[in-house]
Amino acid sequence: MGFWQRFLQLDRKWIFLGIAIVVIIPLIKPIGLPIKPTKPVIDLFTYIDTLGPESGPVMVVTGFDPSTMPELMPMEQALLRHCLTKGIPVISFGGLYPAYIGMAKMAIDEVSADFPDKKYGEDYVFLGFIPGVSAVILSIGIDIATTFGNDYYGTPIDSLPMLRGVKNYSDISLVVDVSGTSTPEYWLMYAQERYGVNIGVACTAVSAPAYYAFLQSGQFVGMMGGMKGAAEYEELMARKGYPTGRRNATIGMDSQSLAHLLIILLIILGNAGYFIVRRGERRRGIIRRKR
Amino acid sequence: MLIGLLFFFGQMPITVVARTDSISLKPPTNLRAMDTPNDHGKSITLFWDCPLDISNIEGFQIFREAADESLHLAGYAPVNKTEYVDQLGLRNNVEYQYSMRSINLEGVVSIFSELSPVVTAYPQWFKKNEVNILIMIIIYFGLVIYFVRIARKGKKIFLRRIPGLDALEEAVGRATEMGKPILYVPGIWPMDEIGTIAAMNILKPVAKKVAQYESRIIVPCIDPIVMNVAQQTVKEGFTEAGRPDRYNQDDVFFLTSAQFAYAAGVNGIMVREKPATNLFLGVFFAESLLLAETGNATGAIQIAGTDRVPQLPFFVAACDYCIMGEELYAASAYLSEDPRLVSSIKAQDWGKMAILISLFFGSVFSILGLRFILSWFSAG
Amino acid sequence: MRRRLPVIIAFGIGFAMLIQYFIPHPRSEEFYNVIVQQWFIIIYAFMYIFALRSFFMHHITKVKKKKEGYIFSAVAMVSVLFMLLSGLITSRGPFFDSLYNYMIAPLQGTMFSLLAFFIASAAFRAFRARNVQATLLLVTATIVMIGRVPIGDYLWRGMPDLVEWIMTVPSMAAMRGIRIGVGLGAVATAMKIMLGIERSYMGGE
Repeated sequence: MGFWQRFLQLDRKWIFLGIAIVVIIPLIKPIGLPIKPTKPVIDLFTYIDTLGPESGPVMVVTGFDPSTMPELMPMEQALLRHCLTKGIPVISFGGLYPAYIGMAKMAIDEVSADFPDKKYGEDYVFLGFIPGVSAVILSIGIDIATTFGNDYYGTPIDSLPMLRGVKNYSDISLVVDVSGTSTPEYWLMYAQERYGVNIGVACTAVSAPAYYAFLQSGQFVGMMGGMKGAAEYEELMARKGYPTGRRNATIGMDSQSLAHLLIILLIILGNAGYFIVRRGERRRGIIRRKR
Repeated sequence: MLIGLLFFFGQMPITVVARTDSISLKPPTNLRAMDTPNDHGKSITLFWDCPLDISNIEGFQIFREAADESLHLAGYAPVNKTEYVDQLGLRNNVEYQYSMRSINLEGVVSIFSELSPVVTAYPQWFKKNEVNILIMIIIYFGLVIYFVRIARKGKKIFLRRIPGLDALEEAVGRATEMGKPILYVPGIWPMDEIGTIAAMNILKPVAKKVAQYESRIIVPCIDPIVMNVAQQTVKEGFTEAGRPDRYNQDDVFFLTSAQFAYAAGVNGIMVREKPATNLFLGVFFAESLLLAETGNATGAIQIAGTDRVPQLPFFVAACDYCIMGEELYAASAYLSEDPRLVSSIKAQDWGKMAILISLFFGSVFSILGLRFILSWFSAG
Repeated sequence: MRRRLPVIIAFGIGFAMLIQYFIPHPRSEEFYNVIVQQWFIIIYAFMYIFALRSFFMHHITKVKKKKEGYIFSAVAMVSVLFMLLSGLITSRGPFFDSLYNYMIAPLQGTMFSLLAFFIASAAFRAFRARNVQATLLLVTATIVMIGRVPIGDYLWRGMPDLVEWIMTVPSMAAMRGIRIGVGLGAVATAMKIMLGIERSYMGGE
């Protein structure tokens, strides 16, 4: 069996080993590739950047579980950092499903630790999980206090200074859904269409292509797609001199870049081997059935 | 503004002494109030005209009174707004009147505007703003019923080939020859999703074929209701094939309700049982590639189908056949060749044609500045 | 009647839910809440009893017959009981949270991370320029893969913009087309179920 025939039958374990190596090495020795922000991320960043302490709060909705945490947690943390840096009031909503509340708490705890001057209840609040999905989204449009009753820690909503002037979506500047599923469409259907609140999306790279249609129609004000979207947002934060924390997404982009290059190399070599083997078989007169 | 916000949630009568300026601060004019349309009641929408000079106005305070409520602060609108929806503390079928006044940054207020006409909030029985959706649904239903009637008269309706569905028989036969089972994964979403229903519709003819070939089918389920329906469906399939004795309830079981635990469990089944045929039909998310790639590693022939568009590329890359989007919904009609089911696909094609025509004319008219056709398709 | 009753129920509830969407009145909302939030949840809660029964029966059979991997069946059953009892006894306190944060969360993350390896092996095996369409797919995938990471911009300044064009024009057009078809198919399937034309899912004809 020739080299290329053996190569085409390469055991996948060697491919897995290659991926592992190209992912681990940049984490130990970063390359520092430049990040160029794209329009959807710039739109989302700019929208939030124009807000300030006098604006209505930004509601950051957590819609992911631990499986998509590496991709989406940097997005949520970047959003929270941006808002707290600008003094924009933040409502961190633990999500429409119970699996997400742990992620929301992790994010708000980590980011708020970097802003010791920000006070809970005055600069940011954390609302827990309420069952109902679409019913919850609709109910927020009527009255947040009635919907939640208390915050995650059991404090009555009415007693939180930050929420005293905030009744429903008409008082909220932006809702950003950080989601690993299709929940942005629920926010679009029930919050944006019915109440007119502006919606931003932070989603996994796999989901991002499906939301470009809503971006183009203006139904979403902006979007972060995948870890690159998070890295672009971190880059925009850094360019403005805002605190970025550890920039987890940017750190991960070096690994992702090399992994993509490795996959492309494998595809090229695989196709080269395919054509070389096929040409050899044709020369030897082996009939190949067309697939 | 601060004073206004402090009394936002209260029905406190106006006992706060706010300095009034009737010279430089003017209240809004032409205040109109109406019941908010197409809602469940307890909501009144206000419209007004801003004063000519708004340079020193921060916003507008909104006051409300009823027979049993004295005039009290009910809301606040920023200066750039001319509309407000009052939903807090309203009651249906009670007569209300509104008044407004301007307020500046220092908390100085204008005199009150004239009272609005009396208005009553009440719930509506029909959303008039979505009548276009209802009309489209009725037309589409009419199309389906029309084509079902045509099919009943015996007219043959052409369906193009769907290679993935054609390959089902070959796939089951292959498993029988190799003496290995067929693995059927009905997706990871509950029974209320159309994709899962479509997966159950395909499961029955597959189970019938499995029974005819005297092979074995394994159906791990992520949802308890799906498990129950799958058990009934497989049992019926075996019964229709005349082999109820071959049905094994233990082969259609609940695995787990967690997404990635389910993927791990199904992967384990594939590695241990080594099915000759894997069928991934239903609603899938991130676990799609995990399942398909593991199945490929075991050497099974794989047929996948999902209506989740982002997962289609993974199935196309890793499976031998891929049934895309609406082809999954058409599978039941395609496999059974029931004229009534096939005719509904014809109605779908007509529906798509109508949308294509609307897209074309809508684009042309929009370019010409005529946007009326867009309003036909807008909801709300 | 055994065959007709489920069809009648499917039609009645389906039609009622369709009409309910167009009626904003509170009575309509109450009906929706009763069906979706109460009946649905109650049915699901009871169905989980059947699910657990199926789970334990399946794994107990494997352990009894000492089938391949029966040890893992024992581990699965012990794990379920352990989590269940932990939650009940500690009222979902810090111990239960620790089980979630230090066992379930890393396990879920690990399974998801397998995708990175699997996509590489799938791409190596499947992306072959066998015909024109496959070549087009291959070239587009390569451009998008390079453009979606910083190295794309490093190689060519225009790469991210090219990728944005691919995502916002041809890719989105294809997505929209498939979604329109899926939407129409979903409505037609729902209609067929409501009218009793489609009955395969009921497990009997």
